Amino acid sequence: MKIAIASGKGGTGKTTVAVNFALAIGNVQLFDCDVEEPNCNLFLGLDLEKQEDVSISVPKIDAEKCSLCGKCAEFCRYNAIANLPQRIMLFPKLCHGCGGCQIVCPENAITEELRSIGKIEKGEDSNSGISFFQGTLEIGEPMATPVIRQLQAHIDGTTVAVIDSPPGTACPVIATVGDMDYCVLVTEPTPFGLNDLILAVDVLRQLGVPFGVIINRHGSGDDRVEEYCHKENIPLLMKIPYKREIAVLYSEGIPFVEHMPEWKEKFRKLYHEICSISSENTLQQSCTKVSS
Amino acid sequence: MVKKLTVISGKGGTGKTTFTSSFVALAENAVIADCDVDAADMHLILQPEISETYDFYGLDVASIDRELCTGCGTCISSCKFAAIGPELVVDTYKCEGCGVCEYICPMDAVSMLAKKAGEYYCSNTRFGPLVHAKLGVGEEASGKLVSDVRHRASELAEQNSKDMILIDGPPGTGCAVIAAITGTDMVLVVTEPTKSGIHDLERVVQVAKHFRIPVAVCINKCDINEQISESINDYCEDNGIPVLGMLPYDDVVIEAMVAGKTVVEYSDGKISEDIRSVWDEIMNVLFRQEKKDLVKLVQ
Repeated sequence: MKIAIASGKGGTGKTTVAVNFALAIGNVQLFDCDVEEPNCNLFLGLDLEKQEDVSISVPKIDAEKCSLCGKCAEFCRYNAIANLPQRIMLFPKLCHGCGGCQIVCPENAITEELRSIGKIEKGEDSNSGISFFQGTLEIGEPMATPVIRQLQAHIDGTTVAVIDSPPGTACPVIATVGDMDYCVLVTEPTPFGLNDLILAVDVLRQLGVPFGVIINRHGSGDDRVEEYCHKENIPLLMKIPYKREIAVLYSEGIPFVEHMPEWKEKFRKLYHEICSISSENTLQQSCTKVSS
Repeated sequence: MVKKLTVISGKGGTGKTTFTSSFVALAENAVIADCDVDAADMHLILQPEISETYDFYGLDVASIDRELCTGCGTCISSCKFAAIGPELVVDTYKCEGCGVCEYICPMDAVSMLAKKAGEYYCSNTRFGPLVHAKLGVGEEASGKLVSDVRHRASELAEQNSKDMILIDGPPGTGCAVIAAITGTDMVLVVTEPTKSGIHDLERVVQVAKHFRIPVAVCINKCDINEQISESINDYCEDNGIPVLGMLPYDDVVIEAMVAGKTVVEYSDGKISEDIRSVWDEIMNVLFRQEKKDLVKLVQ
């Protein structure tokens, strides 16, 4: 069973929920798919071991063979190749790695080479049984999606996978939540929180991923998020109160279930609720596996 | 020369849009550009009246003509994005519009279709012109939309003799952020004293330095963890980054948001005073320092 923790707006508490949820249920795989700003391990403090580079193939042009015909530059839809009078110029960061230039080159002058844009790391938490995977996009690199895709290839499917999503509603989010069994949307009870929640709900409805909402910092702001969930028949899974204690623990990188054990039970209950919401057989099977 | 300032945060939820909208209220002669295109919030405070709407076209999407298709599967094996399924249906979320399938299809059954991927708008607000956007759900090319928004904002600034473009940037470090900061005169990073805040601050500072853009920092909710606020100060000092303000947590911020107002409109209290002083500092750095001093900040 794959459960993503997402939100339209940034800073609503996705990472907090993902880490505390994973710690409370234990023996899960936890993935930090917010590869532009991965933060889960600030709360776990695990020693991470590099698993692999994330590379995309970019063109390499053999100047001997190249006749400067410019067909590659003409084909490339990402403006990654420019045809100059004396040479072909490459902009590797714009390249999506489609391989089109290689196919259209009449001189067979183009080969592919791998360019690293990020990395995948792994750490094990023996106390909770969490297998943690983190993807990191290198500084200055624009494309997060290949890192997210490669990170998700480590989901083994035999246990529960908890996935911390990037914020927003654009392509990195789709790549993260696209084939999840369930998505938990974390929001805050403010006008910004509500506006971005509505956008995220729109995404999940289009993708056909079942979802519910957690309101974080409940007690600040206003009631409009709750009214919206009620009106739209969206399950309100949990309210995390607006408490200075939680904010301070967060600032120090301490998962709050470790200091407030009653929350461990609440997250476990949440997990079972998600299992019962997901009525499909396959999902229930994997749920029973964990709880037994 | 029109000066361009982008406010970013790396981490979401640090108060970036709250600050930017107050700056908008304080700016005397600016065009505003909301470049947080996939979760734009500034319109909730600025209540724009839209005067012009433009369609945004991102990348094309492949479409297979079932009449012509013989099911040979050449397109499936050529697609590097695994966007064509075994039933020869294009997954429009995965398709990156490269056009390889169109080129390679022996039956000419594939065509690349333009797809509207969002809209952007020119609007009037009580503080001046705003360019903002709405990216379609799950669309790619948010970086391209950010560039379009900025381009239109630049045109408006020229036409209306504005001296500044104030850009509200997106979270993260990827394409949308890069598109929001390249070619600007200064990046202001709004951070908060949490482990996540400092971690994300360091990453966006590196992005800004990578593109050789001067950075300044403002620490919001500085009293949540004074020790980490101190560490952020030290980090900035070590890296030659000016800290333009340290603002304590204040409930007024959320109250103002609920009321649909900028903080400086809503309250005359301490927090508004602090925001004004950050703004004065920004003006000082942007307009009264020589460009060469700004460049020094980069190194």
